[in-house]
Amino acid sequence: MSNTYPTIHTVGLSGVLVTFAEALDDTANRAALAFRAAVDAQGWDWVQESATSLISAFFRTDLAQHSAAGITEQLTDLLATRDWFAAPLPEGRKLWHIPAVFGGDLAPQLDEAAEAAGLSSQDAIAELTSTRMRVITIGFAPGQPYLGTLGEHWNIPRLGTLSPNIPRGALVAAVRQLCLFSNDTPTGWRHVGQTAFHTFRPTSETPFPLSPGDELLFHATTPADYKTIAAHNADGAGGATWEALP
Amino acid sequence: MTAALKVIQIGPAAGFQDLGRPGYIASGLTRGGAIDTLAVHEGAALLKQSPDCAVLEIASVGGVFEATAPLRIALTGADMTARIDDATAAWNAVHQMEAGQRLTIGAARSGSYGYLHIGGGFDAPVRMGARGGHMSAGLGKLIAKGDTLPALPDSGTRTGYYLPRDKRFDGGTVRIVPSMQTNRFPPEERARFEATVFKRDPRANRQGIRMEHDGEGFAAQGMRTIVSEVIVQGDIQITGDGTPFVLMCESQTTGGYPRIGTVIPADLPRMAQTPAGGQITFQFITLEEAVTIQQQDAKARAGLAAKAQPLVRDINDISDLLSYQLVSGAISAQADPFE
Repeated sequence: MSNTYPTIHTVGLSGVLVTFAEALDDTANRAALAFRAAVDAQGWDWVQESATSLISAFFRTDLAQHSAAGITEQLTDLLATRDWFAAPLPEGRKLWHIPAVFGGDLAPQLDEAAEAAGLSSQDAIAELTSTRMRVITIGFAPGQPYLGTLGEHWNIPRLGTLSPNIPRGALVAAVRQLCLFSNDTPTGWRHVGQTAFHTFRPTSETPFPLSPGDELLFHATTPADYKTIAAHNADGAGGATWEALP
Repeated sequence: MTAALKVIQIGPAAGFQDLGRPGYIASGLTRGGAIDTLAVHEGAALLKQSPDCAVLEIASVGGVFEATAPLRIALTGADMTARIDDATAAWNAVHQMEAGQRLTIGAARSGSYGYLHIGGGFDAPVRMGARGGHMSAGLGKLIAKGDTLPALPDSGTRTGYYLPRDKRFDGGTVRIVPSMQTNRFPPEERARFEATVFKRDPRANRQGIRMEHDGEGFAAQGMRTIVSEVIVQGDIQITGDGTPFVLMCESQTTGGYPRIGTVIPADLPRMAQTPAGGQITFQFITLEEAVTIQQQDAKARAGLAAKAQPLVRDINDISDLLSYQLVSGAISAQADPFE
């Protein structure tokens, strides 16, 4: 554990942020997940809502009603009880199997992403369909997962020029991560795969199917099979299945 | 019979709102809700009902609404021209409408977002625990011509009251507190930020308000290495070209640009209502000062109902006589966009 982390900062008057590292780091991500769960388990009355980002845990409160000094003291005491960087992943995680089309008209930037990673397109698809990707955070858009972590050769930069409109369900790659888009969006990430998986299902009992810590394995499918799945996708599952992780 | 307003005409961006849908930050969904929550509380105070009632939020230009049964309405937020049939209807006030009467709401004269409230609250569909739309997430939809906007049962009766208007509709000074990344901006950069007069970009919306200014952009140290972090409403993000962007109720939940500071909640209504081109300066205050201001603001909101006054008063008591529309049906200097 470094000398300066974790840090505790107020966020406007709307909450406090506990940050476990300077840069994205797998142990800091686990620490944030575990610390959030531990704070939630305390049942403190000032916590109105909690969340994790890549390397931090956020606790929403009204700092006009609850003193920042008192909250900081409670959090500091709890931080001192464990080595959060050695924490296990949360319980109740799922392994998702999600069909995806790689390359072609449906995911036209696969070839250039593979080239940037120094791979043939075939080898790139082989890696993208054999690496179990973990949800490191949900954010930006509703239910949208950021998935880590690909090998070092996938540390490919975002494009300087945004692609104007990448569709919902797109699997995009940059900086050793994948992201599965909740909505149509402009982006500098490269569009390597296309799924029919909806990460936000507002009318469902479970509007947000994915949780931080879940793992995703993509299975290459043909454009024809993808189109069949997309045409019969009222529940938004996009042909995906899941199993419980031990 | 359920009272309702039938939409005869409608501006381009009117939708149901409430105080938002908290609890989903972890799932990537911001709270949403009315961009000017003070206006929601004012309408509730006028109608003497809960601030949780759904309202119609109207950006810039209103519409024409026909009452299907006797009902009460209140008008708050950005000052828009308003008539019930041919009679001018005062803004920031609660009015009676009879079946068949038409309410015409025109363009904003000051401010950006007007609110139409109905006695009992609008019976907008409940999605994930709230009635307010969150357009960027695909929850709810904009109101269209021909829609019927039903009300829930109204247990109140008071009409003909108004609330004094405050000065949040024309820009001014907005107070901010330091954020998690404020220290990444050198002191001279923070001082320049406070000394700069900004203008609200006309493309502002419920997600965020871009602020324009003359001169150099603002820069933090190590801007490119900042890891994406949680956003709270009012965060001022400095984008890659050095332009400040104030993140509002319907923003994304995380952002990778550094935050120079956060607008205090009590000043978010001013931030929301400043019209396109309106001038804003930002002033840093300490967290302790902000806490005091927020506590006063909470008291002021709770005391709004007691501030409502009857619209008709002894003429000798009216100090601001010229601000009243004294002749019904007079031709307005403001063009009516619907006729």
